[in-house]
Amino acid sequence: MVENVAVSQPVAQPTGFSKRKLWNQGAKVLIWGSAILTCVLLAFIIGYIFYRGVPYLSWELLTSQSSYVKKTIGILPNLMNTLYIILVAMVIVLPLGTGAAIYLTEYATNKKLVKLIEFASEALTGIPSIIFGLAGLVLFSEMFGLKQGILAGGLTLVMMVLPVIIRTTQESLKTVPNAYREGSLAMGASKWHMVRTVVLPNAVDGIVTGCILSIGRIVGESAALLFTAGFGLVLNDFFTALESSSATLTVALYVYASERGETNVAFAIAVILMTLTLILNFSANYAAKKLKN
Amino acid sequence: MDTIMEVKDLNLWYGDHHALHDINVDIPKNQITALIGPSGCGKSTFLKTLNRMNDLVENVKITGNIIYNNENIYAPKVDVTWLRKRIGMVFQKPNPFPMSIYDNIAYGPRTHGITSKVKLDTIVEKSLKDAAIWDEVKDRLNTSALGMSGGQQQRLCIARALAVEPDILLMDESTSALDPISTGKIEELAVELKKKYTVVMVTHNMQQAVRISDYCAFFLLGDLVEFSKTEEMFSMPKDRRTEDYITGRFG
Repeated sequence: MVENVAVSQPVAQPTGFSKRKLWNQGAKVLIWGSAILTCVLLAFIIGYIFYRGVPYLSWELLTSQSSYVKKTIGILPNLMNTLYIILVAMVIVLPLGTGAAIYLTEYATNKKLVKLIEFASEALTGIPSIIFGLAGLVLFSEMFGLKQGILAGGLTLVMMVLPVIIRTTQESLKTVPNAYREGSLAMGASKWHMVRTVVLPNAVDGIVTGCILSIGRIVGESAALLFTAGFGLVLNDFFTALESSSATLTVALYVYASERGETNVAFAIAVILMTLTLILNFSANYAAKKLKN
Repeated sequence: MDTIMEVKDLNLWYGDHHALHDINVDIPKNQITALIGPSGCGKSTFLKTLNRMNDLVENVKITGNIIYNNENIYAPKVDVTWLRKRIGMVFQKPNPFPMSIYDNIAYGPRTHGITSKVKLDTIVEKSLKDAAIWDEVKDRLNTSALGMSGGQQQRLCIARALAVEPDILLMDESTSALDPISTGKIEELAVELKKKYTVVMVTHNMQQAVRISDYCAFFLLGDLVEFSKTEEMFSMPKDRRTEDYITGRFG
């Protein structure tokens, strides 16, 4: 084996122009370029929307409803509708989604079935939201006979965010160490007792994050709601809104921009939506960090 | 010697792998029984059959009887939660829950329906005293158990197991993740505990088996090769394989 040992020779430092250096420089420029472009785009969109929208934000816009008689525009009904639809969708999807996730990670023994369900829920997240709208229209309006409104819209959104809740909850359940489960079962705890006392408290951060992100999606959704929740701009109380045509903020943005030609109002709504989204994203981060400790 | 558990013709398969072959042994009451043998010999698997923790493993198949309290613990009518309350377990790595020291100890009693604060206080204090850790933690019962040292965490886990008043305490290499001083404390504790409880422990450490166990079971490749009093096994082993193992010829 001795003859195989290579005699090391000092290698000359490469000087001047080399292919390797060129590649390195090129890659650096590309990477930096992409990063800067992304930031510039984001800054431009946010900046432009605020530039166009902020001047038209007013207390009156936020606290009144549109009136043809007085020729005023107000988006209070749409703000309320957005809140209603968040409420309806979350009240249904949260127990459903966490329940499904708990079943999949803690109870299900048929691994193939679990894989299939996971695949299905992953595929669901990739479906364009207008198709959820169409499905919602057929399912809730035509089959179940619901009128256009918050309930039909909320149920459609449930289908849409259910996979999000399931996946985020599953991921956080999987981070709970098995040693906790064993420790609990070895004390004679029943399975559900173990899940409730040891698993869920340690996964709550992921569940809350999933909820906040889902609310973000609900706030931002428009296509799925066009057919199901409708375009109504009238202020209703919660129970009336369930079955009367009710535009959320995003749908109202569409209505004002394209049908009424009120571009300025559309930009003002956009400012509100962007601010809400930002707040939701920050609170998701904050909640995840806070609850982890 | 009083017997607390009788294992009869126990066989266990993980899928196609036949991991335990016809195990027959009587576990003596109020004694420390050590299970020894090389890695993969089935000693931990055997330990986990005693409180049915193997039920959690997929594709596991068990035949034979384990008689405890005049009943086969694998009989359909046996309530596993009751069984595991009677037969506590301490794991290889300390696994306190991410809760306060108090809540860790109170976990078991609460699980089994005790809610009275007075009762829980008494149980917590008694369990921590039994596990010889009361003096170290009595002033910080409401701080997180995760802030304790590894050795303290393991004694906390023992206290947690004692809090539901088991008959038998199973220890699965419970000192292997600890430093020598903590190990010493847990060994002393085990010897103390056998007055009230029966201890069955898996250990990789021959000296530990000699130091604290009364009976010793030597496992090899899924067979129980030899079961006898510890001093007999280490002074005049009956089986050639036992002798080879304890004199360090393999393992």
